[in-house]
Amino acid sequence: MLTLESLVSLLPLIIVATTAVVVMLGVAWQRHHAGTAMVSAGGLVLALLSVPLAAGALTSPPLMTVDGLAIMGSVLVLLCALVTVALSHHYLTGYIGPREEFYLLLLCAVTGALGLVASDHLATLFISLELLSMPLYGMLAYSFRAERSLEAGIKYLVLSAAATAFLLFGMALIYARTGRMDLAGLAAGLAATPDAWTLAGAVLMVVGLGFKLSIVPFHLWTPDVYQGGPAPATIFLATVSKLAVFLVLLRLVMVAPIFDSEWLRTLFTLLALITMLGGNLLALFQPNLKRLLGYSSIAHFGYLLVAIVVGGQLAVEATGVYLITYLVTILAAFGVVTQVSSPFGGEDAAGLHHYRGLFWRRPWLAAVMTVSFLSLAGIPLTAGFIGKFYVIALGVADARWWLVGGIVAGSAIGLFYYLRVMVTLYMPEPGMRRRDATEDWGSRVGGLTLMVVAVLILVIGVYPAPVIDWVVGFSGVL
Amino acid sequence: MILVWLILIPFLGGLLCWQAERWGEQAPRWIALATMLFVLVISVLLWLGGNFSLPGNGESQWLLEWRVDWIPRFGIEIHLALDGLSLILVALTGFLGALAVLCSWHEIAHRVGFFHLNLLFILGGVVGVFLALDLFLFFLFWEMMLVPMYFLIALWGHSGSPGQTRIRAATRFFIYTQASGLLMLVAILALVFVHYSNTGELSFSYDVLRGTDVPEPLAFWLMLGFFIAFAVKLPVVPFHGWLPDAHAQAPTAGSVDLAGILLKTAAYGMIRFALPLFPEQSAAFAPVAMTLGLVGIIYGAVLACGQQDIKRLIAYTSISHMGFVLIALYSGSELAIQGAIILMVAHAFSSAGLFILSGQLYERIHTRDMRTMGGLWSRIPVLPGFTLCFVAASLGMPATANFVGEFMVLFGTFPSAPVVVVIASVGLVLAAIYSLLLMQRVHYGPEYRPGPLKGPDAREYGMMLTLLVLTIAVGLYPQPLLDTTAAVAAPVAELFTDASDLAARAGEVN
Repeated sequence: MLTLESLVSLLPLIIVATTAVVVMLGVAWQRHHAGTAMVSAGGLVLALLSVPLAAGALTSPPLMTVDGLAIMGSVLVLLCALVTVALSHHYLTGYIGPREEFYLLLLCAVTGALGLVASDHLATLFISLELLSMPLYGMLAYSFRAERSLEAGIKYLVLSAAATAFLLFGMALIYARTGRMDLAGLAAGLAATPDAWTLAGAVLMVVGLGFKLSIVPFHLWTPDVYQGGPAPATIFLATVSKLAVFLVLLRLVMVAPIFDSEWLRTLFTLLALITMLGGNLLALFQPNLKRLLGYSSIAHFGYLLVAIVVGGQLAVEATGVYLITYLVTILAAFGVVTQVSSPFGGEDAAGLHHYRGLFWRRPWLAAVMTVSFLSLAGIPLTAGFIGKFYVIALGVADARWWLVGGIVAGSAIGLFYYLRVMVTLYMPEPGMRRRDATEDWGSRVGGLTLMVVAVLILVIGVYPAPVIDWVVGFSGVL
Repeated sequence: MILVWLILIPFLGGLLCWQAERWGEQAPRWIALATMLFVLVISVLLWLGGNFSLPGNGESQWLLEWRVDWIPRFGIEIHLALDGLSLILVALTGFLGALAVLCSWHEIAHRVGFFHLNLLFILGGVVGVFLALDLFLFFLFWEMMLVPMYFLIALWGHSGSPGQTRIRAATRFFIYTQASGLLMLVAILALVFVHYSNTGELSFSYDVLRGTDVPEPLAFWLMLGFFIAFAVKLPVVPFHGWLPDAHAQAPTAGSVDLAGILLKTAAYGMIRFALPLFPEQSAAFAPVAMTLGLVGIIYGAVLACGQQDIKRLIAYTSISHMGFVLIALYSGSELAIQGAIILMVAHAFSSAGLFILSGQLYERIHTRDMRTMGGLWSRIPVLPGFTLCFVAASLGMPATANFVGEFMVLFGTFPSAPVVVVIASVGLVLAAIYSLLLMQRVHYGPEYRPGPLKGPDAREYGMMLTLLVLTIAVGLYPQPLLDTTAAVAAPVAELFTDASDLAARAGEVN
């Protein structure tokens, strides 16, 4: 039963959905770019403020569960969405054509992500996942006059639809065996030893989710989509979408015993290994920064899969911490790409040559980029190291030596291309302009957000105790 | 608290240098110099005021200690401590840091502030390595000092022989050390979790983990994890691939830091962590380690003879000298371990001297290729004389610190491993050959080009003279150094004999 109490626990979702409606009506009434951005940001902030209320609610709405994992996921989703909005505004000022709909799509996708992290039933899981993905097609193909953007959108649409089919088929198989679709029911119905059909169902679901997480061998869309999509859409795809899907995968593994079988663990181990090595190897000689970051995010989710393999309390905690460190890092990295490409002028500045000598032209931006790449590489005193530390600790504590070896090898390979990008930032270029940044309000909001994110990377790296406590608080609730 | 300041001062100084560039090019140089001298003065004062005798029962082995909780979730603390060995190495860091600033006074003309930021961050990281007692903290500093070193080589280095760009050299250096460092992290974590499953306490503290009872096959692998991390940095021969290029392509200050201090962090790590944490496994591993040391001595020396690039030559001699250190550390004799410490200090002086000299030569004739040198003795005043002195030190001439170190190493190792000592002595002969080759090809013989070159100015003169005086002073009267480090070397040696006794007894029982 949907009571008032359970509506309170849905407050963030409701607020974001309402904001989407308001933005839509506002756009229909009068177009105003800055206003739309403000309203969207305001709605997201409001939703963020309502999270404590939702956490305090006693009952969950039907088909959903508002537990620690969901609350943590909601906070992270909303924060990432806020950063995306802050960066989008300046980016879109150069866009010819309707700019306001971008925020509408973004808010719809955020609604989907909020539902996804809280879903407790295969039906909500599916609907939320689609609500998250559909607006992304539009966002990726937003600058549809650019060939690559259109290609990215269509590619994502086709492959995503294929993945959805896998997911649905897997759900159907599991439903056929158990007759239940809520996760608790699945857990109860599947307690007995799994037969071939349930295993097939589980594997098909993993394929469907693995596609969204771009786990090797389902990663083929990633570089093209990352490269083609407008930078803010790519940010959203790399952060919110991946975060929400991963939390769902974690929830499935934690709750349903079918995902806990030794056979499936071996499969996950294998996937993790080829993902971390494959992602890093493919990035090795990549001259396009957005593609490189795409491969890098593949590798990072390979590391994170260790948490899925190991499972248990520590794994939830490790996932939380790793996701936070990954999010701040990738936000900073893509944020710099967005800032350099802003305002939009046809195609994003993604070639590595755009970044040559950036330190001497826009020192702060280059500093942010350096910090984020150090963090991606997992160098101590940055957030990335804490995440990597957690994952390695997880592997060692469970004596998964193959995975640990994979992380070490992957990190060593990864260094090569991270260092290549970093040193490019400092290479002087003949005939270089001294400073070429345009100073206006839009770039300042984006720039300020980026600075905050970069400082966060360092703060988490130097003093991670508060973040760890925060995550531990939530993972205990599960 | 003074320990925290020892680490913080270089970092703060570095940031100040970066910002000071706007006040002119000289400002960062003076700030960096003052910073390093400050570190040096603090450590010398600590040395003068310290009591380095062996601690009695119940007394702390640390001269100074500072600890505070950092990440309570994992029992990680910021735990710094100082004993004789750390103190000497910190003082060495301050001294060589000041030299590194001085020797790049004219060499570095671009992006001066950013250069000194990197330089001081390296030194801050190194001081952190020498002081950290929490294993997590130690690892953190260990990895952290790589990043500025990478930038130092990649941005201010020389492009070397064709196909060997400085960026490649820097990247190789970084990947070697970082990957091996991760192995150490894995070993640290495994040790922590073994301790956790034994006692239910999560801790990264050195004191707590030292007594951990690790099951046998695992213990050996963990020891290997630590050993490989240190072996890459030392470097031990199969892991030395990064060193010649990094040295050759680094700016002079980078080479001085690399040879003078960074290599020493590895030896320090072995004395402080690898040996005490896994005494039995290390004792069992000693024959392998000593063999690797021998290979390093001979390999480094032979390759040094064939180099055309003067900095590469000096780099290969480093491999050779560090082979002696490795043998000594695994000999389990107090005398040899003390000898290794002296050799570390001596090598820091002599290799720093030679690298600075080759930097000064480069400033004058713009090449490091020995084929285009020759006859410089008559063209440059004073510098060739200094070169001769440091070359003599490097080959282990009596009255230099190197002689004392090598002699103690060989003498201390002989009772336990006579064959090793006999073979290692061959290295001394080879050392004479490569040293004299260097001298002959650079300074003697016919002049490659005529015309006199500029002699050293006061700055260059002062640097060389200080280094030379220190080398000879330690060579003539090494006792203060020995007194300071005795309390460190004795327990390590004792661990070793205990472990081998244990092994022997186990053998009898079987």
